[in-house]
Amino acid sequence: MKVAVCVKQVPEGTKRIDPGTKRLDRSGEGALNSFDAHAVEEALRIRDAAGGGEVVLVSMGPAKAADALRKALAMGADRAVLVTDDAAAGADLVGTSRVLAAVLEREAPELVLFGQQAADADGAVLWSAVAERLRRPVISQVAELTVADGTARGKRQTEFGYDVIEAPLPAVVAVSDAINEPRYPSLKGIMGAKSKPQETLVLSDLGVEAGAKTEVLALADPPPRGETRKLEDDGNAAAQIVEFLDERRLL
Amino acid sequence: MNLELDQEHELVRQTVREFAEQRIAPVAEELDREARFPYDLVRELAELGLMGMTIPEEYGGGGADTVSYAIAVEELTRIDSSVAITVAAHHSLGTLPIYYYGTEEQRREWLPDLASGRRLAAFGLTEPGAGSDAGNTRTTAELRDGSWVINGSKLFITNAGTDLTACVTITARTGDGEVSNIVVPNGTPGYGISEPMHKLGWRASDTRELSFEDCAVPEANLLGPRGEGFKQFLEILDGGRISVAAMGVGLAQGAYDLAYAYAKEREQFGQPIARFQAVQFALADMATEIEAGRALVYKAAWLKDQGRPFAREAAMAKLYTGLLSNRAANASLQIHGGYGFMDESPISRLYRDQKILEIGEGTNEVQRMVIARHLGL
Ligand SMILES: Cc1cc2nc3c(=O)[nH]c(=O)nc-3n(C[C@H](O)[C@H](O)[C@@H](O)COP(=O)(O)OP(=O)(O)OC[C@H]3O[C@@H](n4cnc5c(N)ncnc54)[C@H](O)[C@@H]3O)c2cc1C
Ligand SMILES: Cc1cc2nc3c(=O)[nH]c(=O)nc-3n(C[C@H](O)[C@H](O)[C@H](O)COP(=O)(O)OP(=O)(O)OC[C@H]3O[C@@H](n4cnc5c(N)ncnc54)[C@H](O)[C@@H]3O)c2cc1C
Repeated sequence: MKVAVCVKQVPEGTKRIDPGTKRLDRSGEGALNSFDAHAVEEALRIRDAAGGGEVVLVSMGPAKAADALRKALAMGADRAVLVTDDAAAGADLVGTSRVLAAVLEREAPELVLFGQQAADADGAVLWSAVAERLRRPVISQVAELTVADGTARGKRQTEFGYDVIEAPLPAVVAVSDAINEPRYPSLKGIMGAKSKPQETLVLSDLGVEAGAKTEVLALADPPPRGETRKLEDDGNAAAQIVEFLDERRLL
Repeated sequence: MNLELDQEHELVRQTVREFAEQRIAPVAEELDREARFPYDLVRELAELGLMGMTIPEEYGGGGADTVSYAIAVEELTRIDSSVAITVAAHHSLGTLPIYYYGTEEQRREWLPDLASGRRLAAFGLTEPGAGSDAGNTRTTAELRDGSWVINGSKLFITNAGTDLTACVTITARTGDGEVSNIVVPNGTPGYGISEPMHKLGWRASDTRELSFEDCAVPEANLLGPRGEGFKQFLEILDGGRISVAAMGVGLAQGAYDLAYAYAKEREQFGQPIARFQAVQFALADMATEIEAGRALVYKAAWLKDQGRPFAREAAMAKLYTGLLSNRAANASLQIHGGYGFMDESPISRLYRDQKILEIGEGTNEVQRMVIARHLGL
């Protein structure tokens, strides 16, 4: 079973927007997006349960995104493809999805996994755009995934219970962080990561453009929250909360 | 000159840091309070390949370098010393002697279980009358009918009595002015292990008193040539000092991180105490000394990896980081005020765990003696 996982390196710690470029400041330490660690873990389990195959990582980002890929390789992924190109800096949804889709066309995996969302830009949209470009079905917010007999079956938690959704392979699946507990890379995995194939591509290799058609014009802090009240629980906090909500006719 | 760590080193740090924060931190206080050996954590560390890091893969180890190992020990100690010393004593004191001095047969017999962390090993050098003067071993081993018959006792031996312990390597007098290392499997008749000893710190680590009464082990359990024991244990201690020095850096870093977070959050006189210059200077000193100590430890580890002499730097690193961790734990607790004195605050555990770093594997004074010898004094 060949599984591709789209992974993103995100800035570690609190995110900062560069006021000049109005882009995320990516100059500090980066880390593998935590949702994507769940996607990698799921891919490894699917590969191993299938008794073989390949887990390919696909990422677009600056050259140092290779660090995040190395962690995923140390977890057990087989190889990585990183698209890194100055022309792709600041790419928007449309541009990013075009690039990832181009790599995925080339790789032709049976299953493409995404994390539900990236911790920096928080779009939670990229998987649907990529699935659209690939003309493949997409299941999102998947908390339990079964892949068998040419279909992917995803269980998604909702406010009222579960949705169970089935799609024929090849398919695109975005996983939630409830799906599994990602493994820690073992020492063996860490030592072996360097020698796994890692391919770096530029946009012209794929024959696509990634530039942004959207432009961020302004960014501002959210308006300050109105009146807040802090309750110390002296045994009747619950009653006080109910009273507070009732006063505002929120119940 | 290149001071950059390899990508593997960074990944080891990141992985062990995550493991320590996510798996060890939530249980460290309880393990310490109950003086309970961390069996579950040892199993997980073994699965990650962190119990036998520098042992070659062909013997079931990780094949990593000493710098990686020092980083791992540092990151474990940043969160909890008991777990860190369990790993470090097993690796550097328990397992390495068998790898260094064992015959191929001995390596094949012991290393796969030890390097993988399925079983643990201990090193018994200290005796009631032989501490800093470790050569003053009184334990004897007499060769009789193809067996070493051992009599004597050992004190403060780490990892000797856990359910996972496979063996202890002890120094024993095998003749006049002759010291040798012998492997004694747990369960050998005549080998007695005390109840766990009660301690100020490292409370979740296993420390025992050992006794040997006509304890007979096969002649083949001798490690290396007869009479080499003194030289061997000095070499073992040289390497062991790198791990204890890494613990000093890790403990200081942990103390610093706690103090930093607390100082920014705790308000007095209407502002975070981190605004007060006295607190800032304490943190600035700590950060500076940690940087210096870490450089010393990595240098010693790097020298060892290069196959160059490292004993002098290892002793310097151990001495410096022992003192550094003492100052850092003290300053951090001071910044925590009364809250730091309470059992629930991690700094109180780090404070108690610190002192042994100036005693175990050679006291500060012994490090100075070693350094003075290297200076030609
Ligand atoms: C402040 C801000 C505002 C923005 N506004 C807009 C806007 O209005 N319109 C617009 O088009 N774009 C906008 N963007 C850019 C947009 O967020 C990203 O360019 C686009 O790629 C969506 O990704 P995401 O990071 O939100 O990912 P998500 O959709 O949150 O990511 C889901 C999953 O996709 C995968 N993934 C994400 N990025 C990559 C990658 N680079 N390589 C590999 N896999 C990846 C991961 O599996 C991830 O878990 C904005 C960005 C910022 C920082
Ligand atoms: C928790 C714990 C775990 C341990 N684990 C192990 C283990 O796994 N294996 C093992 O073999 N040992 C172990 N030890 C023993 C440890 O290595 C010794 O405690 C240490 O070497 C000091 O020996 P001592 O306690 O006998 O002190 P002593 O040697 O009696 O020293 C007492 C004091 O006198 C000073 N002193 C001694 N000689 C001189 C001198 N010539 N000049 C100046 N000052 C001097 C010392 O520095 C010290 O301050 C452990 C100890 C502890 C507490």
